[in-house]
Amino acid sequence: MSGDELDAERGTTRPASGNGNGTAAVPLTAKDLKSDQEVRWCPGCGDYAVLAAVQSFMPELGIPRERIVFISGIGCAARFPYYMQTYGMHSIHGRAPAIATGLSASRPDLSVWVVTGDGDALSIGGNHLIHALRRNVNLKILLFNNQIYGLTKGQYSPTSPLGTLNRTTPMGSLDWPFNPISLAIGAEATFVARSIDTDRKHLTEVLRRASAHRGTAFVEIYQNCNVYNDGAFDAVREDKVNENRIPLAQGQPVRFGAQGEKGVVQRPDGTLAIVDVADVGEDALLMHDETLDDPAHAFALSRLAHTPTGPTPIGIFRAVERPVYDELMTDQLRAATEQKGAGDLDALLHAGDTWSVHS
Amino acid sequence: MATKPVEQLDRVVIRFAGDSGDGMQLTGARFTSETALVGNDLSTLPDFPAEIRAPAGSLPGVSGFQIHFSDHDILTPGDAPNVLVAMNPAALKTNLRDLPKGGTLIVNHDAFTDRNLEKAGYDANPLEDGSLDAYHLHEVPLTSLTLEAVKDVDVTKREAERSKNMFALGLMSWLYHRPTEGTIEYIRRKFAKTQAIADANERAFKAGWAYGETSEDFAVTYEVKPATLRPGTYRNITGNQALALGLVAASVKSGLPVFLGAYPITPASALLEDLSRHKNFGIRTFQAEDEIAAIGAALGASFGGALGVCTSSGPGIVLKMETVGLAIALELPLVIVDVQRAGPSTGMPTKPEQADLLMVLFGRNSESPVPVVAASTPGGCFDAAVEACRIALKYRTPVFLLSDAYLANGSEPWLVPEVETLPDISIEFATEKNHDGEFWPYLRDPHTLARDWAIPGTPGLEHRIGGLEKHDGTGNVSYDPDNHDFMVRLRAQKVAGIDVPDLEVDDPDGAGLLVLGWGGTYGPIGAAARRVREAGGNVAHAHLTHLNPFPRNTRDVLQRYERVLVPEMNLGQLLKLVRAEFLVDAVGYNRVRGLPFRSDELADAIEGML
Repeated sequence: MSGDELDAERGTTRPASGNGNGTAAVPLTAKDLKSDQEVRWCPGCGDYAVLAAVQSFMPELGIPRERIVFISGIGCAARFPYYMQTYGMHSIHGRAPAIATGLSASRPDLSVWVVTGDGDALSIGGNHLIHALRRNVNLKILLFNNQIYGLTKGQYSPTSPLGTLNRTTPMGSLDWPFNPISLAIGAEATFVARSIDTDRKHLTEVLRRASAHRGTAFVEIYQNCNVYNDGAFDAVREDKVNENRIPLAQGQPVRFGAQGEKGVVQRPDGTLAIVDVADVGEDALLMHDETLDDPAHAFALSRLAHTPTGPTPIGIFRAVERPVYDELMTDQLRAATEQKGAGDLDALLHAGDTWSVHS
Repeated sequence: MATKPVEQLDRVVIRFAGDSGDGMQLTGARFTSETALVGNDLSTLPDFPAEIRAPAGSLPGVSGFQIHFSDHDILTPGDAPNVLVAMNPAALKTNLRDLPKGGTLIVNHDAFTDRNLEKAGYDANPLEDGSLDAYHLHEVPLTSLTLEAVKDVDVTKREAERSKNMFALGLMSWLYHRPTEGTIEYIRRKFAKTQAIADANERAFKAGWAYGETSEDFAVTYEVKPATLRPGTYRNITGNQALALGLVAASVKSGLPVFLGAYPITPASALLEDLSRHKNFGIRTFQAEDEIAAIGAALGASFGGALGVCTSSGPGIVLKMETVGLAIALELPLVIVDVQRAGPSTGMPTKPEQADLLMVLFGRNSESPVPVVAASTPGGCFDAAVEACRIALKYRTPVFLLSDAYLANGSEPWLVPEVETLPDISIEFATEKNHDGEFWPYLRDPHTLARDWAIPGTPGLEHRIGGLEKHDGTGNVSYDPDNHDFMVRLRAQKVAGIDVPDLEVDDPDGAGLLVLGWGGTYGPIGAAARRVREAGGNVAHAHLTHLNPFPRNTRDVLQRYERVLVPEMNLGQLLKLVRAEFLVDAVGYNRVRGLPFRSDELADAIEGML
């Protein structure tokens, strides 16, 4: 049952969409999704590329823009909703997954996107992120990872490598960083992917898949902060010869290199190793399967590169089916209504032991 | 039973006290239901430890339940019991100080073993050393009589023993002429899955009744005639139950589905539990990962057009303030329920206090005004909930709704309202562009200053809102100094202009002294005022249910009196506001003992000012 149907039962007025089936009456273009607000990220910021990718791919989803909502927290990436001609909320630091959970759970008819950063999602908002993931709320979470706090002008973040030198860590940071993919898999996420800001084709494909996923889709995007942390992802981002990008393709052996000369094998203890294909033979390579219910495979892949300085998997690590929180909640409302009938306030107020006083 | 003489009483206060495993809350609740059906006016107060099971027989493990019932209108659960039922030495020790000399004391003789006496810290057995001579003492071998009564039932000795609270209930039901059918039906329903346990409890209950009838220890029974209450249908209700029903009613009367985000916390958890049972009203309940997510989700749901609500207590409310600030900036409806408990920090989770007032008014960064509504009585929690939702929706603002542990767990007869008499609190969403072919999310109603509220799914009204300062009207981010000054004042003005009912004064005699209270102290202050008047004194009582904004006539009321006394279960929070806002030299009466005020202490305080 959609939110509209529920509301209709309760006699409330909620505007219907332009086209009930979730398809825009007139196909949108990227331009339709651009708001009238001037984009104010630093020139050269990776965020521009992600914004452009989102605006250009979204029309193909066929969702009317009034049904799309972008929710963000605080940080550079969090300005994203202002630039989208959809519904949006620029909220508070770290809380976007919680706010989006309430919206998505109460309005299953909407397409709800969360735009967040490494500080927003993994530091102050870590708790909300992991619980959204385990609940499998119907959210698309885009984590712009730039390994730095940009908006506050360059302090280390929970994804900065150990020993990072910057404004608050003149002698080097002491914190071991999170691997966002490992974290998401550990938090029971059903869809986990990684892409790169400047790789429009790859990013678009990942976003397409994330959008189609039922439940929480978690996408880490390597995003270059050219002001405070320029080049953090260059080993992978500027990898023109596929020396470090390990593309994950469903049902295909995991291999990389200009001629596919490198590959990944699984050791007897379950961990993974990078090998020369010539040494082991093609048949020995690990086959990628994102649909495995057991997260061990996806997790092992995520451990190939704790920080993206060498060979690093890019693509969809995990995409499995699990009941969606929003749908379960709606199902319970429907079941309760079937069992008890639509709520009768007068009967509820008079429930239990009552007695009458006569004049 | 007619063989024993019947004495008429106009009111009785009974306290049941026992180990937290003895089922005293259940016993009290059943006695309350029986009493409600008699038609007495009543008021109850449970008093239980935060620990689910403190060590058996220990002083911290004592759980109590007090009921005050009468043949006339009453306001409080009673200052002191007339009758104390003590199930063990620890219960006697912790409660005896409240029983006036000459009061009736019923003890479970079997529980006064050397070991239990030692756990309770008694050097000598009080049943034997004459220390209870000043009371009407009834020593009843409750445990052994219960075991004897259920000996033919197939239950373990422990299960048999656990029925002794029903024996006590049976005895008290006989002593005060309470009807038994409801309790027997309740026992059968509650233990429907285990017939033997149902049988044991029913037999123990009946045996208690029969013991009263046959034992020479009890010479008279007591009758309290029904009270004269306003005509209508009544049910007994706790503050938490009434508040939950108020939220359901607000949902129905607004036409908006409630989305409740909550994290379990004493004494507010019952609100989440209650509302989770009303999914057929379209109510969604979300048990969040923490207090912050609870309010975040509620706000997210409000953005989507739901009636967002979150329920918590002080230690949870402090965590929510960041999101309350966002709701102020977004100008979206949100109701935040604070069932206050004793603090600071974890404090005393099951004990009432009203010390969160200044926190909800001022405990946020910057100028962040929020309306505050406070419930005065358990039944009044219903109306307060509807009122908080009305204000939130009409003015697109977060609203604090204050209750406390005393109101939440206390109960009283509640005149069930007719649905059609409840206010229509529905609002209109924006569905059309409102400014030259555009939609401006911060365009306002000139009277209420409420902004236009368009929800996702509305074609053509797509817009972005956020916590950054925005230009009035367009909602576009703005750092313009004049605009910020304007917006700060506008948000304050919006809240200050909320329509709230005038402050009513109960002043039958033209007094010179006004007692000004707020929230859960209504009962004790009202009872104290009556007591003073019965003794020939003149005193007026006014009680605030709206703490922000204050009723328009508050200044006039305060200025009509020579002296103003403000009793509060805090160190003078309303007092500060009254002095600051109205330049009134009011005087405080402040106690923070984790207990509701007694009407006699308030009467003394009032008389001291006459």
